[in-house]
Amino acid sequence: MSDQLYQDRIVALAKAKTGAGKLAQPTRSGHRDNPLCGDRVTIDITLDGQGRISEIAHQVRGCLLCQASASALSSVAVGRDKAGIAALRHDAERAIGREDGVPAEPFAAFTPVKSHKSRHECVLLPFEALQEALS
Amino acid sequence: MSFNVAAVRRQFPILAEIIDGQPVHYLDNGASAQTPDVVLDAVRTYETTGRANVLRGVHRLAERATEAYENARIEVATFLGVEPMEIVFTGGCTAAINLVAYSYGSLLKPGDRILLSELEHHSNIVPWQLLRARSGVELDMIPVTVEGRIDLDLLPKLLTPRTRLISLAHVSNVTGALLDVRKVVSFAKSVGAKVMLDGAQRAPHGPIDLPALGIDFYAFAGHKAYGPNGVGVLWARSDLLEAMPPFHGGGSMIGRVTFVETTWAPPPRRFEAGTPPIGPAIGLGAACKWMRGLDWVEAHAHEMALVQRLMDGLQKIDGTQILGPASLQNRYPVVSFLLDGVHPHDVAQTLDSFGVAVRAGHHCAQPLMDRFDLDGTTRVSMAPYNDNTDIDALLTGVQHAARTLR
Repeated sequence: MSDQLYQDRIVALAKAKTGAGKLAQPTRSGHRDNPLCGDRVTIDITLDGQGRISEIAHQVRGCLLCQASASALSSVAVGRDKAGIAALRHDAERAIGREDGVPAEPFAAFTPVKSHKSRHECVLLPFEALQEALS
Repeated sequence: MSFNVAAVRRQFPILAEIIDGQPVHYLDNGASAQTPDVVLDAVRTYETTGRANVLRGVHRLAERATEAYENARIEVATFLGVEPMEIVFTGGCTAAINLVAYSYGSLLKPGDRILLSELEHHSNIVPWQLLRARSGVELDMIPVTVEGRIDLDLLPKLLTPRTRLISLAHVSNVTGALLDVRKVVSFAKSVGAKVMLDGAQRAPHGPIDLPALGIDFYAFAGHKAYGPNGVGVLWARSDLLEAMPPFHGGGSMIGRVTFVETTWAPPPRRFEAGTPPIGPAIGLGAACKWMRGLDWVEAHAHEMALVQRLMDGLQKIDGTQILGPASLQNRYPVVSFLLDGVHPHDVAQTLDSFGVAVRAGHHCAQPLMDRFDLDGTTRVSMAPYNDNTDIDALLTGVQHAARTLR
């Protein structure tokens, strides 16, 4: 073997499936496909009166990286508004090397993806779906 | 005499490369095959001793270029058992299908029907959808059997007197299933429909006797058939080419141009507007000649022995499932599989870390993925230069993915 993309932390995030499923009565939903690889992500959210996420659930038909990212995102999204989610995305972008800086947890787990450019979108697809839900 | 795979491998310089400390186990031939020295040499000879535009120049380099380009057309024609003037060089297989959809399609009328199948590559679906939007033709679809073959038992029900064309994959780029062409042609003739085959996955496995198949159009890609990128082939019966209007307009495809009226050159020039992909076509000619030099009875037996080794090995790994024919009969060395609990992209990524190149995903065949309710598969596609070490490295990688990712 020549590299270690699938490090334990990424595998653990995917297996945790934090937030996997559907919400019974979502305020909004967002859905994104990656036409290149076929990954599909749907994110349901409910919002409080200040535009902050009070509940989140995701359905991922995609790879382990996409599942791990959706799981990580779901674990820290509650209580955040649109700007707060954008801040989380910066952490994911830092982890995969698209932005400078040190990524905060839990997205630091994705630093092994940095050298696999073809997989960057797998990490970002849940953010795209959530952004659609918040827009 | 058994197939000398080592002698074949020596002709492909990339197979001797060591990348990040790993040998190259290239099993993504269905996406793009590797290129032998004779093809590289042919392109280099053109680029270094005969580079010029074709057809119109009177200088020596132009004459060399034109001769090499037309010789390539002869090589491709010989490979397919047809006349050189029936060979149109295009930008690729997709471009060839689009040419037919646009040009032959313009001869169709609203309400005419085109029959496709559920396992087609998007390049044999979308051009016809574009034609449908332009001209009001109707599209029909032949479903696929559980083992990933086009279900030709349903053909009689799907054919109508308005069916003008049946366009199908000669070999599936996902399941490896070989089409029963004679059966398709027999049914097509019963309603007067033409038959087009997408030969992208068949052409890399040896010469084809197109006249014996009785079809009307054939398309394949250079880069999947050991040739360069940027060139493909459309073959069509000469009477059809004669009847078809141009696809692209420009230089080379005209008879006479005035601002009042322009006349068209005869085929194949009519369909080769502008400067064609000269170097790539010359390379593809060399690739076709190289393929004709192989003993394909032995080469095919070798490829299918690899398929058997792969299938046997996968079956020993818990949770694997093959999407496609289980039998070696009427199939080619394209094998898709699933590993329960592990996404195909993660299988492919793991295999890459073992030096094994495969393709994962929907393979530009989303209707087929929908048919089996799949997000994708991991696809192993072989060529005559593959050997047991490639298959064994792949199996080791799949075992690792099974152990670590679920």
